[in-house]
Amino acid sequence: MDNRYTPDAPTQVEIFRRMALLKANDERSRKVITTGRLVMPYYSYRGQEVIPSALSVNLTDQDYLCTIYRGIHDMLAKGLPLKDLWAEIAGRVDGTCKGKGGPMHLTYPTKGIMVTTGIVGSSMPIANGLAWASQLSGDGRVSVATFGDGASNIGAFHESLNLASVWKLPVIFVCQNNQWGEHTRYEKATSAKQVADRAIGYSMPGVRVNGNDVFEMYAASREAVERARAGEGPTLIEAVTFRHHGHVFGDADNYMDKAEKAAWVAKDPYPIYRQKLVDDGVATEAQLAEIETKVEAEIDEAVAFALESPFPGLAELTTDVYGEAA
Amino acid sequence: MSEVMEQEAKAEQAAKPITILEALNRALHDAMADDSKVLVFGEDVADPEEGGVVGVSKGLSTKFGEERCRSTPITEQAIIGAAIGVSLAGYKPVAEIMLMNFTTVAMDMIVNHAAKLRYMSGGQTSVPIVIRTMTGAGFSTGGQHSDYFEAWFAHTAGLKVVAASNAADAYGLLRSAIDDPDPVIFIENMPSYWNPGEAPQPGHRVPIGKARVAAEGSDITIVAHSRMANESLMALQALGEAGVSAEVIDLRTISPWDEETVANSVAKTGRCLIVHEAVKPFGIGAEIAATLSERFFGKLKAPVGRVGAPFTPVPFAQPLEQAFLPNAQKIADAAIALVKGNQ
Repeated sequence: MDNRYTPDAPTQVEIFRRMALLKANDERSRKVITTGRLVMPYYSYRGQEVIPSALSVNLTDQDYLCTIYRGIHDMLAKGLPLKDLWAEIAGRVDGTCKGKGGPMHLTYPTKGIMVTTGIVGSSMPIANGLAWASQLSGDGRVSVATFGDGASNIGAFHESLNLASVWKLPVIFVCQNNQWGEHTRYEKATSAKQVADRAIGYSMPGVRVNGNDVFEMYAASREAVERARAGEGPTLIEAVTFRHHGHVFGDADNYMDKAEKAAWVAKDPYPIYRQKLVDDGVATEAQLAEIETKVEAEIDEAVAFALESPFPGLAELTTDVYGEAA
Repeated sequence: MSEVMEQEAKAEQAAKPITILEALNRALHDAMADDSKVLVFGEDVADPEEGGVVGVSKGLSTKFGEERCRSTPITEQAIIGAAIGVSLAGYKPVAEIMLMNFTTVAMDMIVNHAAKLRYMSGGQTSVPIVIRTMTGAGFSTGGQHSDYFEAWFAHTAGLKVVAASNAADAYGLLRSAIDDPDPVIFIENMPSYWNPGEAPQPGHRVPIGKARVAAEGSDITIVAHSRMANESLMALQALGEAGVSAEVIDLRTISPWDEETVANSVAKTGRCLIVHEAVKPFGIGAEIAATLSERFFGKLKAPVGRVGAPFTPVPFAQPLEQAFLPNAQKIADAAIALVKGNQ
């Protein structure tokens, strides 16, 4: 295999750091909601940590990201600061969007996080536009749209893949196939055996990888990023994974098969990857434990910061609806 | 040719009446020449595809290249998505949605995204896009090619909505819409494209949010926009013959509408008739009428009247389509009834 497509040891550790951050942040989010300290719609990404962690190490801060309501993992991996995140999901003035976006509409252009949508499929048409800007200006940026398997059945997916292909845009479509579209199983909703097959109809590479395997996900992302930067056009990546929780926090996931879920949870990529790093001699147990302690401390600090931050003043209700004419 | 002669020729050319279609074309040319960030795109807009189905964008791709004037697939959702994305990165796209009925295919992008990203991001991002779209009954295009949906967009915070009734305003409003920091829905009336009118000066701007008093009068204020502003002006003859002096206000901007200009006129006339081609129920006339009743309750000489299309889809058969469409006669009749009914 081409060495470019294998993460070196420091990158492997960095991917672990991002996964540790994502996993701890999801667990903390659910805990804070359960204890009543935060009231918000929360879409757990637990089980899907590998995908954005292995993807984002191939991106720069300038590369653009359009993600969805189940996308806090995508944004944290892309560099969204924890304090800004937590203050936003708490609806506080120190949040990324002054508390006016919330968990489904985080925006942080400093790290290229341009749009978070609450509408299934809508990350893709906008990512095309950002990619078009890069094509026009030649700034070399890559745009990434992430979405779930359910979104591959909506019109926006098909319109976006077609336009990206016809215009040869530097965009990567990353489908996180967690096998559930809200409460409905993949097979019941999707005509294609695999989402990646749909790329054929749009004359672009469609790559299906094990989204719980860091090395597969890294290689596929790396190749797609290089292809986009070289002006060779878009790629569809289907990263197969599993959603450990219900669609939205509070959904008891009674529609999920208990045995199937247990089997996937037993294959949780986090402990597996952690063990591999130790076994391969890439990192010591102590080093990884230190990373985990550090991210927990960072989250402690962010949660405390958020809960102490004031709510936005009522004047914010009517500002930012329109801009000032130049 | 001498220098003087050349200047004369230029002046003559500039003074020559032009159509709304030519005015829009000039506005796009001038905007693209003035700012390299201005892009024009949509179905069939580039010259190999004939510069738009009625030719509004003719010549742009030849002059500025197909990177800046780009034909798209038939893909309204992807068109508006691309406009939003490219604007987030600093460009100023003018996206054409060929017909207003086709905006329905892109409503998620327009209403959930273009309109709201500034607010939801706490002012970090903005979507300075123009969506040009044509519509209007009169050409027997039936139920899905000629609706006026301005009320839907005017009802969405974050959007602006404009509609011109003559060439100079079409030029000036389009230039202002392109300058504007927010998404603007720019409505063009299909049957009016070939109306000749006074040519605008290059660089002319019509401020968004400013109505125009198209005719002065003292008995009643008629508020209209787009083609209906012209129908209202055509009603003046019959009104004059009936001894009614009407003031006609062309809104030009539907949202945010120029409440002060309308209110100043109604304060003078004491009566108001609102006209739009869109169906009457829940149309913009209802909003204007409600605002006037809030401001002038007890001071009006007559109830605020409305003329709009009946609550039906646009019909195909010519007699039905003509019956559907408000016109000068219907406007005159309604205005006369409001004035004479209360004397």
